[in-house]
Amino acid sequence: MILASQVWTQIFWTSALAGGLVAGVPIMFTALGESISERAGVLNIGLEGMMLAGAYCGFLGAYYGHNQWLGYLAGIGAGVLASLVMVVLCVWLGLDQIVVGIAITLAGEGLTSVLYQNRFSSSQPQLPNVPSAAIPGLDRIPVLGKPINGQFPLFAQPLIVYLGLGFALLLTWIFRYTNVGLNLRAAGERPDALDAAGISVVSTRSYAVLATGALTGLGGAYLALAGAGGFQPFITQGQGYMAIVIAMLARGRPIAVVAFSLMFGVALSLSTLLQIAGINLAPEVVNIIPFAAIIVALVLFARRAYLPPALALPYVRGAR
Amino acid sequence: MSSESTTGGGIAAPRARRMRSLRAERLVDVVIRSVGPVLLALGAGALLLFALGRDPVTFYRAVWDGGVASGAWQDSAISMAPFLLIAAGLTVIFRANIWNLGYNGQFLLGAALVSGYGSSLVEHVPLWLAFVLLFLLSGAVAGAWTIVPAILKARFGTNEIITTLMMSFIGIDLASILIKGPFHDPTTPLPQTAVIPFDKMLPPIPGTRIHIGLLVAFAAVIVVHYVLTRTSWGLRLQIMGANPKAAGHFGVSVRRLIVVSFFASGFLVGLAATADIMGLWGYIRTGWNPAYGDTIIPFVFLARLNALAVVPFIAFFAVVYTGGDLAAQQVNLSSDFLYVLVGLILLFMTVIEYFGRRRDLGASYLSPGLRQSLLSGFGRRKASE
Repeated sequence: MILASQVWTQIFWTSALAGGLVAGVPIMFTALGESISERAGVLNIGLEGMMLAGAYCGFLGAYYGHNQWLGYLAGIGAGVLASLVMVVLCVWLGLDQIVVGIAITLAGEGLTSVLYQNRFSSSQPQLPNVPSAAIPGLDRIPVLGKPINGQFPLFAQPLIVYLGLGFALLLTWIFRYTNVGLNLRAAGERPDALDAAGISVVSTRSYAVLATGALTGLGGAYLALAGAGGFQPFITQGQGYMAIVIAMLARGRPIAVVAFSLMFGVALSLSTLLQIAGINLAPEVVNIIPFAAIIVALVLFARRAYLPPALALPYVRGAR
Repeated sequence: MSSESTTGGGIAAPRARRMRSLRAERLVDVVIRSVGPVLLALGAGALLLFALGRDPVTFYRAVWDGGVASGAWQDSAISMAPFLLIAAGLTVIFRANIWNLGYNGQFLLGAALVSGYGSSLVEHVPLWLAFVLLFLLSGAVAGAWTIVPAILKARFGTNEIITTLMMSFIGIDLASILIKGPFHDPTTPLPQTAVIPFDKMLPPIPGTRIHIGLLVAFAAVIVVHYVLTRTSWGLRLQIMGANPKAAGHFGVSVRRLIVVSFFASGFLVGLAATADIMGLWGYIRTGWNPAYGDTIIPFVFLARLNALAVVPFIAFFAVVYTGGDLAAQQVNLSSDFLYVLVGLILLFMTVIEYFGRRRDLGASYLSPGLRQSLLSGFGRRKASE
């Protein structure tokens, strides 16, 4: 009996954390990207489309290049390309960010679905497993470190996960202690002050949106490469929107983004978890939980959700 | 608002000359800005088809054959009913400069309840009463689904894009739970509701196959247009959309108006659910999510948030929607190609808006509040002009 309960806890906790990582990392990358552009004053509603572009191109890169890094690179490239549309239309020309964002999402959904089904609908190829790198030492700690039936080794994640976590720390440092971070925040808080200081609001925001595109594309590529092991039309299932919410709730703080994303990842992988714990719930009920959690969080902390004052407003020199 | 924006645009042309040519310009402007994006998107779509190795001519001809020719126009007209009602709902809320993007959840929740209660309701009460009750039920439920985002927006100013989307995801799953649970048809293992018999559905308009849901939709569009343009409520809505703070100073109860306009928007989306279920499908199965609203948004903007002007656009889209499905099958392409076309229309719309504004071609697609940001987006160019 004692042994059984030990196994239960081990499986439960390890898979809770590992499942949270697998499901949470794509959202984490995307939400980190969104927090950059939100801080700079650009609301990117097109994340869903950019993520899909990243996922499809990441899949293409890994499939034809036989290398996960080529896949990630292709995903980043696709995200940057998609965000270029946003840079030109929203930052340079000052067009409505929400309309353009919806357009990017629709076009991304349609284009990736059509292209995938055009070429792969009969074969539906799967990608090989992404090799994971174990952290020496940690992978041997008693309960959490051990793989279960060869699955869910918590401290043996694909290298890109560690890079992502490191990037979140780097981003915190950039926001807090560098001129680049100060410029980014000023572009969202007081763009006129930034302009008066002699720094171009337009180029600051352009770089921010391009960085968002790169991170979103990477998140999509991770979803296809490590999460699903292939591409499916509409594979993101609203994760782009969740990333927007997380960036908003985290108020642009990268560490909070990571924490919220991983919590969200746990919520997304709840259905497997509950099965392990022996609780059978309809998948729809489980699916509702993360969204309901966000609504509850918004109801409780609505006043604390903070958005930069210049968010979604194009910058006009001299206008009031 | 309009005089402020025209003078604010930094135009060098003398005012008198502009007044003279205003009418002609406005006509040209309407054509360019409304039809232009559609034509450009169809052209770009043709190029894309060509790049995919498909014949664009075959595709577009198949759209015509499947959506207009030889009685197919009646199928397009049938699909217009829910489209128009959703478009009316979006028009109301966009006029207030609020984004209700939760239409999918609102629609499906209404649809689940209508198909769940409809099959028993049509047996027990007079048919006309059943239809009225179902329309009211789906409208009320879909409207109620906007309450949380509305109150969060009204009280705390929480971004309604986020909250409506989250409520939409919840609504979609909740509809699925309802269909599998209380509304499940016990005679079939499939996750679907009982099928409403054909003679108990919305009757056709005499002489056609088109159900009377289309008439309901037209009536709703006319009512919405009247309310938005001829009543003080419509004016208050527009003032709030332009500037909530100023509206508050004018004595408009902004908080209540936000909640009421949200409910009205959801109510109209809910009507669309009854029109679609009781007019066309007769039952609902889990996993069915037509996501009509996603593709209707661009046309609401193209019609410049005018409830009547949206009708020809929706007619056009209904043809593309009905014929596009068959055409995609014919050239062996995923019907998600439609999303690409609609996304392209939106992108071209914003681009044409840019060129149009540079020539000062009169009014915009977007309500003053929405276009405020658009109009003022050219600080750098303005300085050089």
